[in-house]
Amino acid sequence: MANDVWVYIEHKDGAIAPMSFELLGIGKQLADAFGSSVCAFVVGDKVDDLAKEAGAYGAAKVYAVEGDVFKGFRGEAYAKAAAFLLDKYKPEIALFRATIMGTDVAAGAAAQLGFGLCTDTIGLAVDGGKVKMTRAAFGGNYSVSVVNEKAAPQIATVRPKAFAMGEKDVSKSAEVIKESFALADADLSTKVVEFIQSATSVNLVEADIIVSGGRGLGNEQGFTVLQQLADLLGGAVGASRAAVDSEWIPYEHQVGQTGKTVKPKIYIACGISGAIQHLAGMRTSDCIVAINKDPDAPIFKAATFGIVGDYKEVVPKMIEKFKSKLGK
Amino acid sequence: MKIAVCLKQVPDTEAEIKWDIPKGTLSRDGMDSITNPFDEFALEEALLTKENYDGEIVAISMGPEGAKDVLRNALALTVDQVALCTDDAFAGSDTYSTASVLAAAIKKVGDVDVVFAGKQSTDGNTGVVGAELAAILGFSPLTQVAKVRSIDAAGKKIVVERAVEGGTEVVEAKLPAVVSVIKGINEPRLPNLMGIRKASKIDIPQWSAGDLGVDAGKVGAAGASTKVVEIAVPPPRGAGEILKGEIEEIANTITDKLIDLKVIK
Ligand SMILES: Cc1cc2nc3c(=O)[nH]c(=O)nc-3n(C[C@H](O)[C@H](O)[C@H](O)COP(=O)(O)OP(=O)(O)OC[C@H]3O[C@@H](n4cnc5c(N)ncnc54)[C@H](O)[C@@H]3O)c2cc1C
Ligand SMILES: Cc1cc2nc3c(=O)[nH]c(=O)nc-3n(C[C@H](O)[C@H](O)[C@H](O)COP(=O)(O)OP(=O)(O)OC[C@H]3O[C@@H](n4cnc5c(N)ncnc54)[C@H](O)[C@@H]3O)c2cc1C
Repeated sequence: MANDVWVYIEHKDGAIAPMSFELLGIGKQLADAFGSSVCAFVVGDKVDDLAKEAGAYGAAKVYAVEGDVFKGFRGEAYAKAAAFLLDKYKPEIALFRATIMGTDVAAGAAAQLGFGLCTDTIGLAVDGGKVKMTRAAFGGNYSVSVVNEKAAPQIATVRPKAFAMGEKDVSKSAEVIKESFALADADLSTKVVEFIQSATSVNLVEADIIVSGGRGLGNEQGFTVLQQLADLLGGAVGASRAAVDSEWIPYEHQVGQTGKTVKPKIYIACGISGAIQHLAGMRTSDCIVAINKDPDAPIFKAATFGIVGDYKEVVPKMIEKFKSKLGK
Repeated sequence: MKIAVCLKQVPDTEAEIKWDIPKGTLSRDGMDSITNPFDEFALEEALLTKENYDGEIVAISMGPEGAKDVLRNALALTVDQVALCTDDAFAGSDTYSTASVLAAAIKKVGDVDVVFAGKQSTDGNTGVVGAELAAILGFSPLTQVAKVRSIDAAGKKIVVERAVEGGTEVVEAKLPAVVSVIKGINEPRLPNLMGIRKASKIDIPQWSAGDLGVDAGKVGAAGASTKVVEIAVPPPRGAGEILKGEIEEIANTITDKLIDLKVIK
């Protein structure tokens, strides 16, 4: 239907990650407001398992483009196929995850279709027959809402974890509609020749818990104790730019305006002052714990819980308490 | 080799933001402005490419007249040519119209092999202009580039490393390509006094919609399909609680509170 809500299913080599289906929850709410259906769309070399899983997470229909050329993720190829599906069915809105993969596909598809999109969306609401898409601006000091007034579909990339995941119900299944879309290797100009797995494999954007360190750690060893806390809690380690610039930790850990934007359930900031550019990357976290020696540090204004003290004393004590309380 | 680099002027990170509320745009007059921080890496990569492989650099910006400053800074760093795309018709552009104006400028320059852009701006912050530009021009889209391994202009080939989820992807692509760079790809250099003095005397060419052959009705506020309809100040986070007491007690309280959130498994 013309006002269906579509959710793009992101995957790596066909592997099923539950987070790929997270947008079906908010998609369903929007579709209910329109009296339409939430549908999934997927591009890949083998899509059946993904389609089945999308059905269990609530998709009424799954639109798919399948082919050997889609073996291994290639933004260029996936964007072309996604644009083809969106142009053919013109749903009301198409939601992508605001990950690197999701953004490459969304941006490429929007450009093929000839219009702008809303990126890193944190709010979606039906207003006057259109979906109003809200995003943070200037480090979260403002929020702006945008609408694509002229064309369908609207396209949004949505910040991971901005919306709750829908329930999984294995008794539900979706109708799968496979479309053929001819694309040959020769039509493409990029080729992935190698993938080098990151040794630390940080996935800050998807982490539920982040333990972050700043200049206040004093040295590289500070991150060892933060890593212990993160490991204990099943979390990831983040950092301020000052810590990255001091070369205590690689850039992929940087949170903030020129690093990653994260929204974990728990963000523990150790020895971070709370500069606006750092807050820009983490202020929408559900619960923020700040540990800082200086009672006047701006980070305390953003914190849910503040601890005035030396991280070298506080963090090991927390590790000790967690170990005994969690029985680890 | 012909190298283009896209430079955006953005409000200084410390500047007070001024909005044109009815239009849903920034009023850029009177705000302190800087070159978008990511674009300094793009510019440096263009300079390194020129040094390593020979070639000429054209720096392009779309914006009001004041955006000349970012191009002057680029001239001080010895780019060969600059152009400011400026026209009242460009105001209020969305990402697609911005990318289409930049695409028209790159076509006007002609025979460009590689375009460098930043990962994202610090004002609009969408991070998609590079990918859209590539799609419009039909160039190879290379986003999140952490390293350029090699460029072979004669063989029309580029090899880059992209920092993606979980690791590094090595991508081989055909030229021409649009390369969007991330922080850390290089160390941007600063202009010297002589460069600044020289640059101050150079006239900056301005290209209008007419010069670029773009339909004024298809760009800017008139053409953009994506409109900012509302600007709001989000409610401040509720004042937090400072945990007081001896360290033993604090650690006890905070761990209880965090365990109560039922996030820790
Ligand atoms: C264009 C631009 C982009 C930027 N992008 C980013 C970005 O993406 N991310 C980012 O983080 N920053 C960014 N910055 C930098 C930002 O402005 C700050 O400089 C940076 O965040 C400061 O890092 P910090 O809090 O670790 O260090 P500082 O500001 O030096 O703070 C260190 C803190 O540690 C505390 N401390 C010291 N010792 C201890 C101890 N033993 N125990 C507990 N606390 C202690 C101190 O009281 C102090 O508050 C950007 C800046 C600009 C201009
Ligand atoms: C607060 C705010 C929110 C906005 N939200 C949206 C939105 O959701 N959707 C939408 O379509 N538009 C939006 N816009 C408009 C958008 O900012 C403009 O279209 C802008 O011209 C390009 O997008 P960007 O700044 O996000 O660039 P990005 O995609 O973040 O920039 C990537 C790179 O492209 C190059 N580049 C970008 N713009 C220029 C330029 N003018 N000149 C030279 N090089 C450039 C630079 O190399 C830059 O590093 C918003 C604007 C503001 C101020």
